[in-house]
Amino acid sequence: MSVTVPQDTAREAEPPPSAEGAGSAERRRPGFWQKLWRDRLLVLFVLPGFLVLLVYHYYPLLGNIIAFKDYRPYRGVWGSDWVGLENFEVIYTGDPAFLNALTNTLILTALQAVLVFPAPIILALLLNSLLSEKIKRVIQSILYLPHFLSWVVVVALFQQLLGGSGLLNTFLRSHDLGAVSIIGNGELFRPLLLSQVIWKDTGWATIIFLAALATINAELYEAAAVDGAGRWRQMLHVTLPGLKGVVILLFILQLGTSLTVGFEQILLQQAAVGLDRSEVLDTFVYNRGVIGGHWGMATAVGLVKSVVGVALVLGANKLAHLFGEAGVYATKES
Amino acid sequence: MPTLLHGQAPPSAPERLIKAVVFTVLCLAVLVPFLAVFATSVAPREQISDAGGLVLLPRGIDLTAYEAIFSGGVVTRALGVSIFVTVVGTGLSLLVSCLLAYAISRSHFVLARPVLLVVLIGMLFSPGIIPVYLVVKQTGLLDSLWALIIPTMVSGFNVIVLRSFFQGIPEELTESATIDGASEWTIFSRIVMPLSKAVLAVIGLFYAVGYWNSFFSALLYIDDAAKWPMQLVLRTYVVNDTAMGQADIGLEQMPPQSSLQMAILVVSMVPILIVYPFLQRHFAKGVLTGAVKG
Repeated sequence: MSVTVPQDTAREAEPPPSAEGAGSAERRRPGFWQKLWRDRLLVLFVLPGFLVLLVYHYYPLLGNIIAFKDYRPYRGVWGSDWVGLENFEVIYTGDPAFLNALTNTLILTALQAVLVFPAPIILALLLNSLLSEKIKRVIQSILYLPHFLSWVVVVALFQQLLGGSGLLNTFLRSHDLGAVSIIGNGELFRPLLLSQVIWKDTGWATIIFLAALATINAELYEAAAVDGAGRWRQMLHVTLPGLKGVVILLFILQLGTSLTVGFEQILLQQAAVGLDRSEVLDTFVYNRGVIGGHWGMATAVGLVKSVVGVALVLGANKLAHLFGEAGVYATKES
Repeated sequence: MPTLLHGQAPPSAPERLIKAVVFTVLCLAVLVPFLAVFATSVAPREQISDAGGLVLLPRGIDLTAYEAIFSGGVVTRALGVSIFVTVVGTGLSLLVSCLLAYAISRSHFVLARPVLLVVLIGMLFSPGIIPVYLVVKQTGLLDSLWALIIPTMVSGFNVIVLRSFFQGIPEELTESATIDGASEWTIFSRIVMPLSKAVLAVIGLFYAVGYWNSFFSALLYIDDAAKWPMQLVLRTYVVNDTAMGQADIGLEQMPPQSSLQMAILVVSMVPILIVYPFLQRHFAKGVLTGAVKG
């Protein structure tokens, strides 16, 4: 190992061996430990961040072993008894509450992929067609804003607008139109969640599509125009193909989080509509584990969720490569 | 910015009209909620009871609700907590992330690759709610404000953005400093940091917004209501509609619940609304360095 490391770094890091260092092999190729000592200050720079990641990110990854244990708080993670796959029983025996959470998660993910995902693409195309840079920037500033509000604020705003004594119902009542029940109505819970997501993040999500649109070569449009393509055909044959890469990339990233749907958003509104409609995998883990004290079982569900998530990202990335797209990791390297 | 309309036919009049309408509606959909909340928070008592809820245009200005929440009580305390967590958290996050990102941006550093991999792999796997909760408990942070800062101090995404920005700084600058005998700390603090103000502003905003908005970690780790941040107060008194009592505010006179609620909502949005316009122009740059070069 100590042989390969210096070679690896020497290739990209060290200046080419010059005449002055030719005399001593030691000087030209300092060993791993010598380099480490030379850069000890950089090691110190890395340390605080590295420790935080280690303690609060990597160590908890290990903590997932309580999925295979009968976790007792007073005995700790390492002292609790092993129970094999007992905690996974809810998954393989198809516990109704678990299946309900899984179904709700998948339905919401599917709805998001169909209704939420395309929204910023359409908005970006609209923004991109604006002629005045100034107007475009003002609109962008307004539409990006909701992204920076917390879910608590967004949920509160929606309640104030659409709730029983909200702006909409006050207006309807004052015009004798009767009231509509939106907040706390189980029937409308999913549309409500989706419209909140669209309201909060569509504007912000256009950033990446706008950047991709800006990289499309203007000559392509000119060439298309010379060939007699109208605005519509230019969009079909120049704009959309130009967006293909970034759309696939974002779809892959989205796929990786498809078992994660609006945890805070749903948790905040769960009490009003009941678990039947609102329980998703993440709230299931929280409600059963932290609130209910079924630590092992909840961790088991969370663990399966994360593993499936990683598998989805890697699988989708592979798929993108097969289709001849750069995918996530290729982009990271460039 | 190259304009994208070379060779495209100019839009027709009806098309322009439709676009104007669409964008007006979209902007109103964002702005009206803010307006209504702000208007209700300052509207006089009678108008609110007449309207039976939110108002869009206040008939006068009545700041009793703000007086009530700022003169001691639950909201004043929560505001202090949120400001502490946001200021201290953002400062620490920026410092630690910049140091980390700078070190792994140095190509001669032997640990640059391994540490970069640690950051990237960490981004791929999330440890899950319960294991993190248990570690926070184990490290004695439960019911401490540090639980809202330390576990989320380093964001892999932000480190990657910073690293790629630092890598874009011309090597001649850092190299000539090295030849002049400058230490890594001097290069970092005297050359790299001053050249990175724009990206620091954006990353600082991302961290600050994260701390200010963090709701779930407070719900999970903070039991003591005296240590609640704004987001928990907002959830309790606005989302869950728990009525505020005399003991919760600092005034003898009790303003209407809905003006109190709207004032709380305004206070929890205002810091973001204030910094937003200043940083907004850097967004695209900050986000894209991370996304494209990361």
